[in-house]
Amino acid sequence: MKISEIAQLLNAKIICGDDMLDEEVHSACGSDMMSDVLAYVKDQAVLLTGLMNTQVVRTAEMMDMRCIVFVRGKMPGEDIIKLAGMCGLALLSTEERMYTACGKLYLAGLRGDVV
Amino acid sequence: MPDNEQKNRQDASLHLTYNVNGDNFTSAGEASVDVKKALRQLGFSPAFIRRVAIAMYEGEINMVIHAEGGTAEVYVYSDHVEIVLADHGPGIADVELAMQEGYSTAPDNIRALGFGAGMGLPNMKRYTDEMKIDTEIGVGTTITMVVNTDSDKK
Ligand SMILES: Nc1ncnc2c1ncn2[C@@H]1O[C@H](COP(=O)(O)OP(=O)(O)O)[C@@H](O)[C@H]1O
Ligand SMILES: [Mg+2]
Repeated sequence: MKISEIAQLLNAKIICGDDMLDEEVHSACGSDMMSDVLAYVKDQAVLLTGLMNTQVVRTAEMMDMRCIVFVRGKMPGEDIIKLAGMCGLALLSTEERMYTACGKLYLAGLRGDVV
Repeated sequence: MPDNEQKNRQDASLHLTYNVNGDNFTSAGEASVDVKKALRQLGFSPAFIRRVAIAMYEGEINMVIHAEGGTAEVYVYSDHVEIVLADHGPGIADVELAMQEGYSTAPDNIRALGFGAGMGLPNMKRYTDEMKIDTEIGVGTTITMVVNTDSDKK
């Protein structure tokens, strides 16, 4: 799935990473606990989260992710946008809540990890 | 640290040193980001780099949230990386307990930031091939981790 399709499905604002919209991503995860992301994620390219701080961006960077989707309409501040730009991460913001956002992407074919 | 390990450190192709600022949650992880960059430039595999970066990142976060900061030393060799994280924090009273998944003394404000799930030390163990914790109450904690390039850990 392209990052642009994620934005479309979630009716999300593209905060940064316009140049990455054509990039293909193959799996995603949703979490507000960064250590869980660091523990269980394997090759997921997209992180959906309700959390908003610089460590979310760093966690995604550590995991070599490509895109963060902030749920519940949260908008990142300048510090977060700048950090994401530096590590080449696209940032999206959707009004959807976590469950619905994940569900929509899953239904459209973006899967999680195989347990 | 055994003597032979000390001697070997002179053979490291790269030695990086960082101060980890304990007053600033926002900057926590900067050292790990820098190490990641350095290892990428040296041409290590993405999977190996990720394991080093995650282990060090969790350790860095721990130094910030539990120990008011410390120092991070990274020694890079052709076939492995050694990370030494040292702090002068409170020390860990029961290491075995601290190593258990879900055990955490982190306060609620840290949990609200996405950390403090008690997965840090287990994650460090998970992603490294060797991990040693030297700790003394009231003196501090030194954690030494080794990640091998040819490990089949994921
Ligand atoms: N550097 C440290 N200094 C003192 N205590 C520590 C340190 N690192 C970890 N601990 C203790 O071990 C516990 C477990 O650590 P960890 O698994 O990383 O979980 P968390 O950081 O989420 O609490 C911490 O809650 C803390 O009590
Ligand atoms: Mg921790």
